[in-house]
Amino acid sequence: MEEAVRITLRARTRAAAVAVVAGAAALALSGCGSGGDGGAQTPIASAAPSHLAGTVSLWHFFSDREAKVIQGVVDDFEKANPDVKVVVHSGQDDEKLRKAIAAGNDVDVAVSYSTDIVGNFCQSGAFQDLAQYLQRDKVDLDQLLPTVRSYTEFDGTRCAMPVLADAYGLYYNKSLLAKAGITTPPKTLDELEADALKLTTYNADGSIKTLGFNPWMGYQEMAPAHLAPATGAKWLDEDGKSLVGSDPGWKELIEWQKAFAEKIGTDKLKKFTAASADEFSAQNDFEIGRVAMNLDGEWRVAFMKDQAPKVDYGTAPFPTGSDHTDLYGGGYLTGNIGGIAKGSKNPELAWALLKYLTVDTDAVVKLANGLQNVPTITSAYDSRTSCGTRTSRRS
Amino acid sequence: MTALSDTRPAGVPRTPVGAPAPRRRSGLRRHRQRVALLLVTPALLGLLIFFVYPLIATVFYSFTHYDLVSSPRWVGLANYKYLFTQDPNVVQAARNTLWFVVFMVPIRILCAAAVAALLTRPRRSTGVFRTVFYLPALVPPVASVLAFVYLFNPGLGPVNRVLKVFGIEGPLWFNDPHWAKPSLLLLAIWMMGDVMIIILAALLDVPRDQYEAASIDGAKGYQKAWYITVPNLRPVIVFSVVTGVIAALQYFTEAAVAAGVASGKALVGEGTGSGLGYPEGSTLTYPQWLYVEGFSNYALGYASALAVVLFVVAAAFVVFLLRRTKSFTGSGS
Repeated sequence: MEEAVRITLRARTRAAAVAVVAGAAALALSGCGSGGDGGAQTPIASAAPSHLAGTVSLWHFFSDREAKVIQGVVDDFEKANPDVKVVVHSGQDDEKLRKAIAAGNDVDVAVSYSTDIVGNFCQSGAFQDLAQYLQRDKVDLDQLLPTVRSYTEFDGTRCAMPVLADAYGLYYNKSLLAKAGITTPPKTLDELEADALKLTTYNADGSIKTLGFNPWMGYQEMAPAHLAPATGAKWLDEDGKSLVGSDPGWKELIEWQKAFAEKIGTDKLKKFTAASADEFSAQNDFEIGRVAMNLDGEWRVAFMKDQAPKVDYGTAPFPTGSDHTDLYGGGYLTGNIGGIAKGSKNPELAWALLKYLTVDTDAVVKLANGLQNVPTITSAYDSRTSCGTRTSRRS
Repeated sequence: MTALSDTRPAGVPRTPVGAPAPRRRSGLRRHRQRVALLLVTPALLGLLIFFVYPLIATVFYSFTHYDLVSSPRWVGLANYKYLFTQDPNVVQAARNTLWFVVFMVPIRILCAAAVAALLTRPRRSTGVFRTVFYLPALVPPVASVLAFVYLFNPGLGPVNRVLKVFGIEGPLWFNDPHWAKPSLLLLAIWMMGDVMIIILAALLDVPRDQYEAASIDGAKGYQKAWYITVPNLRPVIVFSVVTGVIAALQYFTEAAVAAGVASGKALVGEGTGSGLGYPEGSTLTYPQWLYVEGFSNYALGYASALAVVLFVVAAAFVVFLLRRTKSFTGSGS
């Protein structure tokens, strides 16, 4: 386990260090809407209130164990500000959030899982422009990782702050790899395919028993954006025009995926995928050893610890195309974002909570350790309580 | 009310001379009108608030760029232009919906009629069978879909296992773009109780003496069916077709749940819009696309344009059907 975590964190740090195209692409793609009247700014008080009091609502999408982590940090905020009460609405997706903001429901601070909405929310004003607060409270944006910094603003408007980041990589089941005689995780897509075919076993009726790696778009994280860094596939050209049909990186990925899927048989893969359980349950294919390798986010480490502590696994950067080995170690980087909703009745209190969640070192470290997500401020990396720093220093 | 005046004895003047009756009567009429108006007001208000206003608002929003948060901005016909010339998904969505209209509506009615016909024969356990065939219509659609997707699961489901016993390699059902819609059709047939019950009622309502008279005249079974049963069923069939077409044009829930469950993607933190259409857009219906545009992509103006087009098509369908079937249903219906 310790080894696994260490490798994950190394992968994560590397991924964080390499600003990948896809992160920026998510931002670029989000700018599809047009127009809006979110620009009007009401001036704020010249100094932050010395004493915070009142009720503030926090909407987020986490549930179960992860919601408890958020609650832990909220409790700390309330303890530090005894006259503040935070009303938490957990399990809220973007659709509900959008409707709630539009309907003028009581939303003060909102946390979303999607960087794709930044453009839309900034432009429409669903999230308020944070410029005045940042300037007044002298929040140093240089402490944010560059990619993270870029995907939380749109067209010069900063309406969101990062609430931790996510990095993606290859998870591999060490026991299954050892059994198949594979000593190191694959580094290229061809190696991944060869290893996967070696690891795949079949039942007597020809159906798949254990799958090496599922090239089919079955799992949540098996998404084009997450695969793109493997071949350096680009979304847009310099003029903002789509490159999906012309960039050779996409072609390479699609051809690799198609050939790989056909070697196993698409029908067999579909049948196998159809029999998979909810991947956020303890019956997750990788956690029960039904799949030997998988592309997944860094949060899986916390899930493994919670749901499958006995599985001996490792993590590595996701393999790259054979002609793109220079890209090895990079990967897709994205994250959660938070903002102050339009119509917030107590924006100062909302800002205080948002600031606490996003730039307070202790809060960020606690969140990152609890959710096993990537911290987004440099001070969190240097913190002595951050397990990310501790292990990466050791490694 | 007119019956009262008809019973007036001949020679009796309409109004007794010198009596203030006209005023009283007109006062009474006014009073009645007022009461009637008062009684229909809640329904009228409901119609105005929940139907007329949204309808007019939808038409207005269809000419705007509207994202729910900022105020709508007039864009003229841009939404319609995009719908008819650029939208990459609307054609597939419309074709899928059309598929449901063309196949689901008639096949459901045919199956329902066939089952109803069998259930009219007086046998000992007819009551039990009538209940059994109606029961699926009472099951909540989401629960039915979940059960069906499980039963037809190509990897684990019992249907393919049973087929395998007979040496048949079952298809991928909800996981195959060619089989996903027929799988939903199977589900719809299973849930045909609502149509079956009204056809059964109509069948039982056909006067026996007509069959007897036809038998005396030497009519054969199929002749009796064509000349007696079908004409008697006409109003019910037209009703089923009209409501069926409208329901098929609005087909959403079953396809959405089937896609979400069959795709196997856990939609943690994601909205409803993200899992629709699986596999390969084969179950993406027009109303679903409207929903995605409106509530996942926040393009309320464009979604309104989609809604207006759907409304026009549905209205045209119904008007066409009723015109075509006027002679079919007869003036009485």
